[in-house]
Amino acid sequence: MSTQATTHAHPHADAHASDHHELGFLQKYVFSTDHKIIGIQYGVTALLFLLFGLGLMAMMRWSIAYPNQPLPLVGSLLEKLLGSNAAGHGIMSSTLYNSFGAMHGTIMVFLGIVPLAFAAFGNFVVPLQIGAPDMAFPRINMASYQSYVIGGLIMLISFFIPGGAAQAGWTSYSPLATSFPGNGQTFWILGMVFLITSSLLGAVNFLATIIQLRAPGMTWMRLPFFVWAQFVTGFLLLLAFPPLEAAAIMQLMDKVAHTSFFLPTGLAVTGAHISGGGSPLLWQHLFWFLGHPEVYVLILPAMGIVCEILACNTRKPIWGYKSLVYSALVIGFLSFIVWAHHMYLTGMGTRISTFFQTTTMIISIPSVIILTCLFLSLWGGSIRFNTPMLFALAFLPMFGIGGLTGLPLGFNFSDLHLHDTYYVIAHFHYVVAPGTIFALFAGVYFWFPKATGRYMSEFWGRVHFTCSFIFMNLVFMPMFAQGMAGMLRRMYDGGINYSTANTPGTIGGLSEGIMHLNVVVSTAVWCLGLSQIPFIINFFWSIKHGKKIESDNPWHATTLDWQTPTPPPHGNFAKTPVVHRGPYEYSVPGHATDFTPQNEA
Amino acid sequence: MDIPYTSTPRPDTGLFNAKVGIWLFLASEVMLFGALFSSYILLRVGAAPGDWPHGLLNVWLGMTNTIVLIVSSITVVMAWASLKMKDFGRFRRYQSVTLVCALCFLGIKSYEYHDKFTHYEVQLNDGVTVQVKDESGATKAVQLPTKGVLDGHILENDADKMVIHGEIVDKAAQAQVTHAWQESKIPEMEITVKKADVKYMENYGPWHNTYTAIYFTLTGLHALHVIGGSIVIFFIWGPLAGMWKTDPERYTNRVEVSGLFWHFVDLVWIFLFPVLYLL
Amino acid sequence: MSDHDNAHDIQKSVKRYLFVFYALIAGTILTVMASRLPIESVAVTVAIALLIACVKGFLVAGYFMHLISEKKMIYGILIATVFFFAGLMFLTVWSMDHNSLIHMSTNVP
Repeated sequence: MSTQATTHAHPHADAHASDHHELGFLQKYVFSTDHKIIGIQYGVTALLFLLFGLGLMAMMRWSIAYPNQPLPLVGSLLEKLLGSNAAGHGIMSSTLYNSFGAMHGTIMVFLGIVPLAFAAFGNFVVPLQIGAPDMAFPRINMASYQSYVIGGLIMLISFFIPGGAAQAGWTSYSPLATSFPGNGQTFWILGMVFLITSSLLGAVNFLATIIQLRAPGMTWMRLPFFVWAQFVTGFLLLLAFPPLEAAAIMQLMDKVAHTSFFLPTGLAVTGAHISGGGSPLLWQHLFWFLGHPEVYVLILPAMGIVCEILACNTRKPIWGYKSLVYSALVIGFLSFIVWAHHMYLTGMGTRISTFFQTTTMIISIPSVIILTCLFLSLWGGSIRFNTPMLFALAFLPMFGIGGLTGLPLGFNFSDLHLHDTYYVIAHFHYVVAPGTIFALFAGVYFWFPKATGRYMSEFWGRVHFTCSFIFMNLVFMPMFAQGMAGMLRRMYDGGINYSTANTPGTIGGLSEGIMHLNVVVSTAVWCLGLSQIPFIINFFWSIKHGKKIESDNPWHATTLDWQTPTPPPHGNFAKTPVVHRGPYEYSVPGHATDFTPQNEA
Repeated sequence: MDIPYTSTPRPDTGLFNAKVGIWLFLASEVMLFGALFSSYILLRVGAAPGDWPHGLLNVWLGMTNTIVLIVSSITVVMAWASLKMKDFGRFRRYQSVTLVCALCFLGIKSYEYHDKFTHYEVQLNDGVTVQVKDESGATKAVQLPTKGVLDGHILENDADKMVIHGEIVDKAAQAQVTHAWQESKIPEMEITVKKADVKYMENYGPWHNTYTAIYFTLTGLHALHVIGGSIVIFFIWGPLAGMWKTDPERYTNRVEVSGLFWHFVDLVWIFLFPVLYLL
Repeated sequence: MSDHDNAHDIQKSVKRYLFVFYALIAGTILTVMASRLPIESVAVTVAIALLIACVKGFLVAGYFMHLISEKKMIYGILIATVFFFAGLMFLTVWSMDHNSLIHMSTNVP
């Protein structure tokens, strides 16, 4: 229920009314400049890409668990679509595995999580939460979505070109990336250029919007933490992506114009006379300069979403709002000077490794502070265990595991043993998969009623949660053991060449138990995939058939996004809201209800 | 509800939206060109002694281009100032000079690129004899040692022979060069060489060495920004000029914002010129 | 409204712009002349070139782009940017300092 005082009409109301002619279908839904439509466009597209990325991994896991055996169900389809070099007799070749692996990472990170966490939720929620009529630059907003789609299409098309998609990992290290025959890598670079452009335009829009379009009374320290999280994320994208763009341009030059930015002297490359004189390490520095802030881009919006849901479902203010804000700012700042902890094994030298190790250890502090504040916010709360809350609660220990397991990787001496093993995969997936993705699911269930006017089914939400939670842990927990036993990443056959069965009499082989975990993990992945079916059906079914909400503020939340009509009209607020209080005034003593909206006088 | 602060500044920040937007965008551009400059430093510091060429670019052309951009910088800010003083005609005249300067810059740059694409390094077989004609017109045969190299522009290119306007490269002397000012005046001669004696030849495109690679990448990206900026300035100057009548404040702000972008482009060149041409 | 409200203020600014213009032209000529000075040390040559470039850059940014009278918000954005750019440059070059990873072999065909 919107609580706008109507003491005087908006000065431009009359002129405005004549502007709003009826928009056609294309204008309203395809070429929209409304942040809510764009947010939903981003959301649906990103969820589809997440599903696709999961599908790639489901196929890869067959090869890991049962190497060189034909894939059931999809094997013959793969052969038909991608040719017998890639998938002869339905068996996944090692090169196909590599390209699926590279694209799984790329798609999940750049086409899935970042658009969903930053662009989708940010677009839909941020203008509403700050009391703005839209983003500062609506047409740039549309352009950024379209750029994203083009980038995604280029990535998808690359699967079908001769030679297949990129195969040099999502990290695209030179000289491997440059010296591959075929154009898969070139398509990858072009796709990345469009995705980077999309992110940059989005970042400019978000930052300008938050700086300029906060409603009267919405001071910086009254912003919901979600907005702060998006603000810091915007800065990370703005300043960290361009060096990767520069590196992508240089790698494109290496590939197409036969330059040697990243190719050292003495390298033999078939079919081209190269000058040499370049540096493979230069690529790594430029890539990870983005790569590290990128992971904070993946986690900060998720922390923001969890914060909003925790406050609302504990019916009490968040503990340590200021600490949360300052920690987010410090994380943003520090994230730019930790990147080379991804490069400990490149022989940089101990002095510089020490520098990065130190900054890496320091950056864990604000992350722990944020997690602690969120945990402490539960104490004494009147907790409502609805589906969004279940996912938000699960985020906390899952992110905790992910974060803590990062510490041995942050130390140079232990990373020597763990680098490029399955331990790393387990660590970052714990943070992103049962971490960020759970927070994003929570966000979908939470804001679905605001966008559609209906709840998603609570029963199927709990089924989705329970199954996902169990299988996520079954997928990633064993990988810690596998990694510590020495199982390396990116092995299409699951490491069978290094198993004790295949290397009798050698020390350090992978034991039968460790090898068997491959089957456990693969089975869990397939079950995890099946667990998403209730979510997909629930999502689409509830749009038309979900239980209708009783009011515009069904969760009884305090933030401005819940003080609008449902769904919010074009322009969001009939009259500019005026903010009088902080974002989490729940259970204020003496108040008639247990929540006080921000714009209540 | 309309989006506020599109023309009038917001009281607490003192800025209108597009100004915040363009400065944020320029911040990202600083990081983009900064990464390329960092790469330049890295590649140059890591190059073996003598491997980093000097004197490949014409300093006068570069200096002219620098001055052209500086002129365009002042005309673009004068154009905005004219609008502030409500003089539309003056704005149009100044901005047209800006656009002419942009075209000038791109023209000179194209000529420079063309010059590099027609500049060849010719590697010869061992023990080859070439015919050298110096300024006086006298021709003499010069026998080159192992791995002789010629460097210059091709005057004639027949089936069996080639005439190059350039020099015979002295690798040892070249390795001594560490500063641009050390480039001694090697006289340019006309050298005739048989095609059969040529082992491999390559022009000074981006592939030739890391210096040309970073040169073409940096200046190419910069040129793309010049093109983009001039398209925007042209669009505001031409097709969008009607907005001056309907919403002069918004129009002036757009001119200011496009001017900021243009100044950034000039700023990048101010650093590119000494780094690539003089050092 | 922005700082340049009336014609008088604009006239003052125009004078400033012209001064900056002349200074930029002079700086350009100076930097070409300086490059021809026979200075042995590479570090000093680079320092002089960069110093002149920085002065020119400051003039363009400060006066043509009005940064010298710009609002705090813009300064904040730019200071953060400069800091991170410096970090990228220095840390990257520092990390490559003792490395000969550029040269795998000495035999160049």
